Amino acid sequence: MTYQTRFGSLNHFEKGSIEIIDDDPKHYVFSNLFEVAKGAAPYEKVVVGKNIEYVIEALRAKGSSPWFTAAHDEFVVVMDGEVEVELVKLDEPGAGARPGQQGSVQLSGEPRGPAMGSIRMRRGHQALLPAQAAYRFIAHTEGVLLLQTMLGQHSIEKWAEICLH
Amino acid sequence: MSALPLTTPQNVTATEPDHLTGYRTFRLGSFEFRRDAYFAVVSWRARGESRSHEMPADAFLRAMMRDVAWGFFYGWVNFDEVLGTRNHYGRVDLYAGTYNAAFKAAGVDHLEQFDTPVIMATFKAILADWVNEGFDPFAAPAETGSAFGFKQGENRAAIERFRVATRRMPGLEGDSPLRDDLPVNRQFQDVAQDEPVIDARPGFEDQLHAFNLFKYLSRSDVTWNPSVTSVCKNSLFCPTTEEYILPIFHGNDRVEWFVQLSDEITWDVADKNTGAPRARVTMKAGDVAAMPADIRHKGYSTKRSMLLVWENTTPDLPKRYERGELPPYPVSF
Repeated sequence: MTYQTRFGSLNHFEKGSIEIIDDDPKHYVFSNLFEVAKGAAPYEKVVVGKNIEYVIEALRAKGSSPWFTAAHDEFVVVMDGEVEVELVKLDEPGAGARPGQQGSVQLSGEPRGPAMGSIRMRRGHQALLPAQAAYRFIAHTEGVLLLQTMLGQHSIEKWAEICLH
Repeated sequence: MSALPLTTPQNVTATEPDHLTGYRTFRLGSFEFRRDAYFAVVSWRARGESRSHEMPADAFLRAMMRDVAWGFFYGWVNFDEVLGTRNHYGRVDLYAGTYNAAFKAAGVDHLEQFDTPVIMATFKAILADWVNEGFDPFAAPAETGSAFGFKQGENRAAIERFRVATRRMPGLEGDSPLRDDLPVNRQFQDVAQDEPVIDARPGFEDQLHAFNLFKYLSRSDVTWNPSVTSVCKNSLFCPTTEEYILPIFHGNDRVEWFVQLSDEITWDVADKNTGAPRARVTMKAGDVAAMPADIRHKGYSTKRSMLLVWENTTPDLPKRYERGELPPYPVSF
């Protein structure tokens, strides 16, 4: 027997559902990250999961992103598309994200420091975005990124718009 | 007990093997655990009478295997609607009927608390004795032999799997290993096995890291058994592969999140304290949902699927939820 594994994509996804017995559907904060990315601007950091100060963000990858950095490790999983991550070791780490600062911080211009290299990724690939490194995404084909990070100044919460209720 | 109790060096109290079935009977506090060819039977005393509860042996062993493998997990591990454990992180409650509205109202429930090493040793001894050769409690039913029948051999390799805890991300030097040496599961043969292309500049070879998460998951040899793949302070990504039924009804002591990475899982959600049904949540690839801190949940996955379980391991969370300092729902809108 041949099994078919079903992944979602920006152009093809099916959203699940909630059958309520005695509850409020809002309690499940139910969204679909492909749907969220489809309705977002490129690299808009839309929060789809929040656990106090920690978040999961869905990003629509299209073209090049701004440069970001963070004071802590972040992780990205490519859910759709083909995306390259470029990384730079910042000469002055504190100039981007202050020690202890939470979430991604967008740099105002090009990062200053030596290039660390790049990682070319496709669906299902996960990369480490090391603390105090600058990074940007370059989408070779339009896609969707899942980012594990902390709630930060660029995180966008629009729960009523994205969740079942 | 049916014979003179035997106490092992690990303070596990058990009988000699039954002359007919070959299985030992175990005692933990005033609970007794007995099995026969088909069933596991748990007994306790309440209101001055002996009470008992029965589960199919395969379901019981699958549930107990998860409880042991997860170190009693976060919060409540309900083996079914009656029997379960609650983790106090150092001590563990073993209960029967405590979180079942009817048992509780009738006063026939029972709860005892044990030091974690004591209950862990007993549970491991039960698994070692009751899991027969050919039965793997971690495996999907279509991938394993039968749990039933009289005692026949053992399967220590299946029940003593050891996983290196991930500190940052699998595959980093000194961190947990990747799974390249395991075969691709029969239901994930179509999952791409390519790797990210890392182009590290000289001097940064050990700082750039990436791997194929879906390949890693396609090679998992167990079901319903999360393992950590990324650590952002106290935020842990714990993906897992799921087929058939989550063998326990997990009661949350904190908010937990699910991201359905592939295929589909349906969750039965019920009240944590009473077991009263609250909702049924169907998640498809790309869906994201919270499991609130006041519920219990059990999942069903027909096609083997990839599920990302997201945990917050901040140490004082259970007490903050219990005191009402944090709402059971992660977001208000």
